[in-house]
Amino acid sequence: MKLQTSNSKLQTANFQFQNKACDGPLEFEIGSLELNIVAFCCHYCAYAAADLAGSLRIQYPASVKVVKIPCTGDLDVSSVLEAFEYGADGVMVAGCLEGDCHYQLGNFNAKRRVNYVKTMLRQIRFEPDRVRMFNMSSAMGRKWAEAVTEMDETVRRLGPSRLREKETKETKETRELVQEAI
Amino acid sequence: MIVAEQKPLEEIKGLLGDAPRVLVVGCGTCVTVCFAGGEKEAGILGSLLRMSAKLDGGPKDVTEATVQRQCEWEYLDTIRDRVAEADVVLSLGCGVGVQALAERYPNAVVVPGLNTAFMGLPIEQGVWVERCAACGNCLLGLTGGICPIARCSKQLLNGPCGGSSNGKCEVGPEIDCAWQLIYDKLKAQGRLHLLMDINPPKDWRTSRDGGPRKIVREDLRLVKEGN
Repeated sequence: MKLQTSNSKLQTANFQFQNKACDGPLEFEIGSLELNIVAFCCHYCAYAAADLAGSLRIQYPASVKVVKIPCTGDLDVSSVLEAFEYGADGVMVAGCLEGDCHYQLGNFNAKRRVNYVKTMLRQIRFEPDRVRMFNMSSAMGRKWAEAVTEMDETVRRLGPSRLREKETKETKETRELVQEAI
Repeated sequence: MIVAEQKPLEEIKGLLGDAPRVLVVGCGTCVTVCFAGGEKEAGILGSLLRMSAKLDGGPKDVTEATVQRQCEWEYLDTIRDRVAEADVVLSLGCGVGVQALAERYPNAVVVPGLNTAFMGLPIEQGVWVERCAACGNCLLGLTGGICPIARCSKQLLNGPCGGSSNGKCEVGPEIDCAWQLIYDKLKAQGRLHLLMDINPPKDWRTSRDGGPRKIVREDLRLVKEGN
């Protein structure tokens, strides 16, 4: 299982893609751009599963950033879009197992909303695979790690989001300063 | 409430053209309740337009503002400065809201982001149905509270027609026959005698056939200076 905690491991990887809004190809060095996957996790299952994965010392990609929500049924479409707009490379929505939602049917509602987001992303010609719904119980720490790994691999295959601002010298310096501080 | 739905994004982008600055104006009344053009939907559309601009080009400077009601001058006045700064105003109001914006700000280019569908209600979360056609002469007192103008495909006044089958309309199997509903309702209430009277042909002048409609209430009008 991959554990990506530093930039050095992927410095050789280079992603190139065309952006019609720009004059030429944008070039991202994945080594200098860690992927960001925002995970909206429900309080009762997915968040607890992530917590358990930590307690069990199960390693999973560091690209994931967890946002706890009461229930995936509370998932706001605008929050998902906001994540993408501000440069997230992927968004995962993780809720309870189907049929086991603490609030009865919240995860089924979330599933529909995730599909709705996918249709919206298709409309703007942005890869719909960058958002995905996962289901797990609070006892499934390993499943959480697998889900994150799967999402990380999907997003890594797609490359960094085309909605990211191209890294400038200034933003690179800022990022490095922040990383050093951490 | 007035029920509307958002236009396809491609159509909206076509309406916006090359305008660099776009103001998306949401409306806090009917279209908020039907999740078509409220503050949240304005935010979502603004977000999509900004992302689309980054990916494929288009308006880069997209901002949002939502007023309580787009169909009243007082609320529209609160966004005067924002409208003045925009090259195109994308209204997420119903057709009334779009026209009110265009009328209040004659120099602004106002385009619609929604298709106004009908006057209706949500029969469940996410499902809206038509209930009123604003014909201008309400018949609901004779028909058990079920409107034959809005709910009968042929707008029959002394229905049903021969296309009614097992309580459904011939236009579509999911459409209830309004006259079956009316009959069932009046029968349950013991008021079938209401159906013995023949309704004369409807005077459609109170509806669209009379041209644009207007109501004047002298008791509510404010006295203007000099009068």
